[in-house]
Amino acid sequence: MISRREFVQVALATAALAAGAGGTATRAFAQQKLTEKELLAFEPLGNVTLVHVTDIHGQLMPLYFREPSTNLGVGDAKGQPPHITGRDFLARFGVAPGSSAAYALTSEDFEALAKTYGQIGGLDRAATVIKAIRAERGDRVVLLDGGDTWQGSWSSLQTRGQDMIDCMALLKPDAMTGHWEFTYGTERVKQAVDALGFPFLGLNIRDTEWNEPAFEASTTIERGGAKIAVLGQAFPYTPVANPRWMIPNWSFGVREEDVQAQVDKARKAGADLVVLLSHNGFDVDRKLASRVRGLDVILTGHTHDALPEAVKVGKTLLIASGSSGKFVSRLDLDVRDGEVKAYRYKLIPLFSDVITPDAQMAAKIAEVRKPFAAELGRALGRTETLLYRRGNFNGTFDDLICQALLQERDAEIALSPGFRWGTTVMPGQDITFEDVTNATAITYPAVYRMGMTGARLKEIIEDVADNLFNVDPYYQQGGDMVRIGGMSYAIDINKPQGQRISDMRLIKTGAAIDPSREYQVAGWASVNEGTQGPPIWEVVSSYLQRQKTIRLEPNRAVKVTGV
Amino acid sequence: MGAINRRQAFLLGGGLVALTLMPMTADAEPSNDAAELIKKFTGGKEAASGKISLDLPEIAENGNTVPLSLTVDSPMTADNYVKEVLFVADGNPNGGVATLMFSPLSGKAEASIRIRLAQTQNVIAVAKMSDGSLFTERKTVKVTIGGCGG
Repeated sequence: MISRREFVQVALATAALAAGAGGTATRAFAQQKLTEKELLAFEPLGNVTLVHVTDIHGQLMPLYFREPSTNLGVGDAKGQPPHITGRDFLARFGVAPGSSAAYALTSEDFEALAKTYGQIGGLDRAATVIKAIRAERGDRVVLLDGGDTWQGSWSSLQTRGQDMIDCMALLKPDAMTGHWEFTYGTERVKQAVDALGFPFLGLNIRDTEWNEPAFEASTTIERGGAKIAVLGQAFPYTPVANPRWMIPNWSFGVREEDVQAQVDKARKAGADLVVLLSHNGFDVDRKLASRVRGLDVILTGHTHDALPEAVKVGKTLLIASGSSGKFVSRLDLDVRDGEVKAYRYKLIPLFSDVITPDAQMAAKIAEVRKPFAAELGRALGRTETLLYRRGNFNGTFDDLICQALLQERDAEIALSPGFRWGTTVMPGQDITFEDVTNATAITYPAVYRMGMTGARLKEIIEDVADNLFNVDPYYQQGGDMVRIGGMSYAIDINKPQGQRISDMRLIKTGAAIDPSREYQVAGWASVNEGTQGPPIWEVVSSYLQRQKTIRLEPNRAVKVTGV
Repeated sequence: MGAINRRQAFLLGGGLVALTLMPMTADAEPSNDAAELIKKFTGGKEAASGKISLDLPEIAENGNTVPLSLTVDSPMTADNYVKEVLFVADGNPNGGVATLMFSPLSGKAEASIRIRLAQTQNVIAVAKMSDGSLFTERKTVKVTIGGCGG
């Protein structure tokens, strides 16, 4: 038996606000007291409880994860959640600065608050929370996994997601959908999905040859006397944002009309509640909710947003449950006469020092990690400054990766993808092989080195910028902005494609990028088949072992306007 | 990317009677002839919006073979049917994509083809009905370099 900690009295934190945030210096609130009971506290409502986890990205253990300080919205999404960060976020949702919620949800005071509140997440903590909800709500509970579950760690990469599949199986999800799951390739996905024991949904996936459905579109679940239709929407741009050659027979897309058709079909079949388990990304789901009729709930994913309140679009509730195993979402619904009469929502942050780990899950996690434990724990270097990834334009972990690319591959310019996953390393900590692979463990890791003209570079950067800042979310394709080492630039996010990027310069010399000159560029995660080069984790590991100590100053290479 | 001077359209069935490939010209012009082709097809008459449903991806997975499905709302009877649908793409070296011919015997005015798109651009469909009325619909398809998503 695990002895249950009634509560953890967390330590006093008085560190000043991190430099650069500007304006008022806040002080972290002292003597915050958190208990498991408080974290789980929820006045039950209605006859259905939806429990949602998403974008766990292979993270089985508690971790640090700094939420973005820059997350800009364009068009209708400008200034709307989730495109609010820092103090604006705290004000919008009435979260006290320095509180545990402020730490879980924003980047404000992150370093100081991380010392106070410790690591978050761990699937054994999630298991405790989910078991507690089930114990309380019995047959009213539906557990749904929004995908990006099987990828994002070394053990996931080495086992092709089996570590996560085995651990998640203990939670008995009712359905899941996916995105990075597909980067294990057609055969592995088919095999894993067949053995899953619950439906892997993707109403928007068709076979490329006959344009016929390739995955189950929906599943119907009876809970609390209500007939619940769960529709699944995989990431619409998987074959664009990730290697299409790995899944040549599957075609994706937003397929709004197919979503509507599935909703209509479910309603006709007598569904009292229609839920879209989505990996569209929040802005796409917001638009979808405004155009598709009859959706009660969209459980959003992909963009890793953690929102403490449901966002209502028409009659549809949008839930954003964060990423990296930091949160479990609980949505209680009063479903009667084929509609939602009332709801209550809580985004439960999994403070790892407060929530008792579930013993069964903890044992399973230890078992799946055991073959890799020694290499994962290997210290490669040490950081004096915070290493994080999330944010629209840069993160210090990506700056580290770009530095490694420039030096280890003797390049002038480095390109690193704007992935949203990847864990945070605190100042003074060792950088382990696990930290490096948490930011790099993908099935197409080759580091290429090639000549690119200045004109081609601009074309690539413009292309990626449009994937992020196209005013129509249906035309937004992927992650955050590509990270660039060795080169500075200015971006006006409100301009159309081709006109956003200007003032591209080599940082070393300050010289403007010449459209006709060829530059030596190193990068990784190319979606092209047959890309040659060493895996990125080797390149970063070798750099770290040479450097030993990392100290990264704030990145000022990107000048952003049009905000 | 090399200049694209061939278009491929694949007939995938669905009530289609005839598929006519547009005549090809050798040289890619910077601004293409899409507008002229529409003008020629409509005889300069204004086409109304509506009736046409165009299923195209917002972002192409592969610009070399983009699936396009067309449905025109029509009873397809002897005195009320879709005669012809013109497809043009305004950002390809040549604007012409395909012309689909229908008759009352088609039963439905539906078709699926695959088209090639050299870059991000609009695909425009214009339908000519048996009474001479014209309808049009357009959709922007983004063709990206790809990568960096996640």
